[in-house]
Amino acid sequence: MRCGVVVFPGSNCDHDVYHVLKHVLDQDAIFLWHEDTTLKSCELVVLPGGWSYGDYLRGGAMAALSPVMTAVREHAEKGGLVLGICNGFQVLTESHLLPGALRRNRDLRFECRDVYLRVERDDLPFTHRYRAGQVVRMPIAHGEGNYEHSPAELDRIEAAGQVVFRYVSPAGELDDAWNPNGSARAIAGVVNAGGNVLGLMPHPERCAEEVLGNADGLGLFASVVRGARARLAGAAR
Amino acid sequence: MSAVAAPTAERTVDLALAREHGLTEAEWARLNGFLGRPPTVTELGITSALWSEHCSYKSSKIYLRELPTSGPHVLQGPGENAGVVDIGHGWVAVFKMESHNHPSYIEPYQGAATGVGGILRDVFTMGARPIACMDSLSFGALDAPRMRSLVDGVVRGIGDYGNCVGIPTVGGETRFHPSYDGNILVNAFALGVARRERIFKAKAAGVGNPILYVGSRTGRDGIHGASMASESFDQESEKKKPTVQVGDPFTEKVLLEACLEAMRSSAIVAIQDMGAAGLTSSTFEMAARGGVGIRLDLDRVPLRQPGLSAYEMMLSESQERMVIVARRGREEEVAKVFRRWGLEVVAIGEVTGDRCAEIVHRGVVEASLPIAPLTDDAPVYERPCVEPERLAELQAMPEVPAADDPTAALFSLLATPDLASKEWIYRQYDHTVRTSTVQGPGGDAAVLLLKGTPSGLALAADVNPVYCALDPRSGGAQAVAEAARNLAMVGATPVGLTDCLNFGNPENPEVMWQFRECVRGMAAACRALEVPVVSGNVSLYNETDGRSIHPTPTVAMVGVVENLGNSPVASFVRAGDRIVLLGADRGEFGGSAYLRWLHGVERGRPPAVDLAAEARLGRLVRQASARGLLHTAHDVAEGGLAVALAEATFAAGLGARVRAPLAPTALFSETQARAVVAVAPRHLDALLALAESLGVPADEAGEVGGERLVIEAEGAAIDAPVADLRESWSTALPAALGL
Repeated sequence: MRCGVVVFPGSNCDHDVYHVLKHVLDQDAIFLWHEDTTLKSCELVVLPGGWSYGDYLRGGAMAALSPVMTAVREHAEKGGLVLGICNGFQVLTESHLLPGALRRNRDLRFECRDVYLRVERDDLPFTHRYRAGQVVRMPIAHGEGNYEHSPAELDRIEAAGQVVFRYVSPAGELDDAWNPNGSARAIAGVVNAGGNVLGLMPHPERCAEEVLGNADGLGLFASVVRGARARLAGAAR
Repeated sequence: MSAVAAPTAERTVDLALAREHGLTEAEWARLNGFLGRPPTVTELGITSALWSEHCSYKSSKIYLRELPTSGPHVLQGPGENAGVVDIGHGWVAVFKMESHNHPSYIEPYQGAATGVGGILRDVFTMGARPIACMDSLSFGALDAPRMRSLVDGVVRGIGDYGNCVGIPTVGGETRFHPSYDGNILVNAFALGVARRERIFKAKAAGVGNPILYVGSRTGRDGIHGASMASESFDQESEKKKPTVQVGDPFTEKVLLEACLEAMRSSAIVAIQDMGAAGLTSSTFEMAARGGVGIRLDLDRVPLRQPGLSAYEMMLSESQERMVIVARRGREEEVAKVFRRWGLEVVAIGEVTGDRCAEIVHRGVVEASLPIAPLTDDAPVYERPCVEPERLAELQAMPEVPAADDPTAALFSLLATPDLASKEWIYRQYDHTVRTSTVQGPGGDAAVLLLKGTPSGLALAADVNPVYCALDPRSGGAQAVAEAARNLAMVGATPVGLTDCLNFGNPENPEVMWQFRECVRGMAAACRALEVPVVSGNVSLYNETDGRSIHPTPTVAMVGVVENLGNSPVASFVRAGDRIVLLGADRGEFGGSAYLRWLHGVERGRPPAVDLAAEARLGRLVRQASARGLLHTAHDVAEGGLAVALAEATFAAGLGARVRAPLAPTALFSETQARAVVAVAPRHLDALLALAESLGVPADEAGEVGGERLVIEAEGAAIDAPVADLRESWSTALPAALGL
């Protein structure tokens, strides 16, 4: 699959995602520049982690207005696959391609550690290699990952099945002690109504090789590049 | 000295002004002598920066020459922006450590942040992509004035900068000791990798080649930072806040990417970051290395605000700026890359052939100085050295109170801020970005994957300032030996080290003696363990109101693990593994954590350093690791065997039962050259045989398993649930910080 990793000035997980797509999964991966106006025939676009444009205003706020995002928005509206990780998730909420917002962590400190996630849906192009209810371990590294939305909207996205990953205990239970940033309803990742745009705060690209001691994140990329097209049509509920 | 504003034009440039700039009368005479006339105010400012202790190493140089700096892997030793060693597979590691002590005490957040920024630039200016940072932090007692806020500010500063640039902070060390109450230490280390043939140097060449300025604009921040870092603190230090630079990690990140991209072409002759003493030291050092001259037109320097004088521009330490010598006619090629990344590029001068610096501003020659007398031929001092008067008294061995309740003693030690978990700190640092971190913070050494190869790099930072205070020669050697031992624990062979030598006032003969002795101890250990020093930094004048810090020669060592698949970890991982104690205890308590933290006594001779025994232990653990014999390897350090065993139980929550034929108190002895290893039962005989053949004492002492840590000594035992020990250890630091 042709995969484009967007490079904003300040992106710093671009090489990591590229490495997994290109070297671990052997895909046709390229970098897209923030000033590009086309996506160069990429089927998957990844918005990587980092500090786009320095994030001096609000995480992802400037990047949402960059030239490449016009093309990303068109791609998403046509049902194309878009994955936003960490800062990329912030860019997607700031662009209104995903619901909600990401505020500063509950403790107002940057948090870098492993978390446990419960996979809530396994029928998406991004998750079909997991099982619903499966608990996976992934690293987080962010200062603004506290997912927020109004209670009514939270009810709505829950009902629409848009919550894809939740912070849980290693046993898979909801427990505030295992919610690293105070996210509403322990939400770690959400998908759009069409099922083709996913954003999450944890970093699946940092746990996609056994040599790093954890390959739980590989399933997400493997889902996308192997068999995603077939599931795209059925993803929307 | 007035550190803030430039002297006004009316001010006469005389001895009095020179003194305010930190020059001695002899240095003033020397400057007048080679100029053949009195200097201009800009020339005086430039001279004061280049001859500052920070830039010139004038007090330390004669002793630094005693350190071994070459070896089979060394491609670049001290003298460049960073050292370079061959790590195999066509790759080189580029690394350095630098202090940012004075700024961090005055303004902890920016001081620490710009310390990280500066060391990263030292690495990428050599053409290497930074892949890891470490920090060695020395704070005062937590109840000292401002100390909690200093800890918070430094940690946030390091985190915000490194996290944004996207370089993982994979290790380091943090200590708390009253000797740093008025002068904390922030030592930042960075390591990058590059292809062997792609290394860049900061050696200007080619008469007529343009000098390009790239990066942030120049403002008034950090003027005289280098001179400030070469003075002691007193009640006036608060007024020095304006000499602390302000960092912008986003600009650093784009500067990093732009530099690495621009360096792929052959249009760049030399490149150097503007660190301490900004434009002055970067241009003078490049010219000195190349044996050429420079001409600068300051009217072209991009300014943050109008009206800066030549003096201010030459001494500003505004961050995230670089100087590049480009090939004439190809400057546009270079400029295009920087513009694409949204950075300013301006030609501000050119290389000349006369070995002089000519600096012009508004049509006036503000400075016309020969390069060599200010750089290579700067003053060097052999300052008097005297053994501290109280040392013999301090070294007298105090009585060691018996550990009647060794379990309670272990709980207490694990809850001291020095030995407690530092997770609260390193959780605020991104240590997994770049997807190379095989072992992150919290172990003996960090391990990084060298992508595309089966090999890895191991990093460790160590020093025990209490040992250094009680016996500097032995303490200097111990810092090197412990770093090498920590690398061995992950199966790594050391290839080089960088150091940060933090000491008090060199004009105090007792401090100078400590310096000399520490360096000589380090040199002996480097030779015995075959580790060259490839880069480093000296930070003197770490004293407040006449009270110097403990001598703190921080060592950061880099090693190579040939095959990552076999590396042991620092914790117990499998129930049923046999525990083997390597090395023999000699009951040494001088300067120990046991005496200091539990009995308030900081005396005695520190543990003897047996370099031959260290070499044998390192060889054994590396060979056993390479043969895949070891699941666990953890060195015995501060707090002794009891603390080492407890630490090994925490990660997996796996207990252990160990028999130690020692008095209970000896469980806390800090005899060096020891380690705890765990092996699968089927490998036990092979390990013991290997130990015997290499001459390392090895005792099979117990087994991994259960939920308790039990250490049976003679007549008493440590016996506690791992979960309880872990709780004490993991909650102590946030609790002590009042969080």
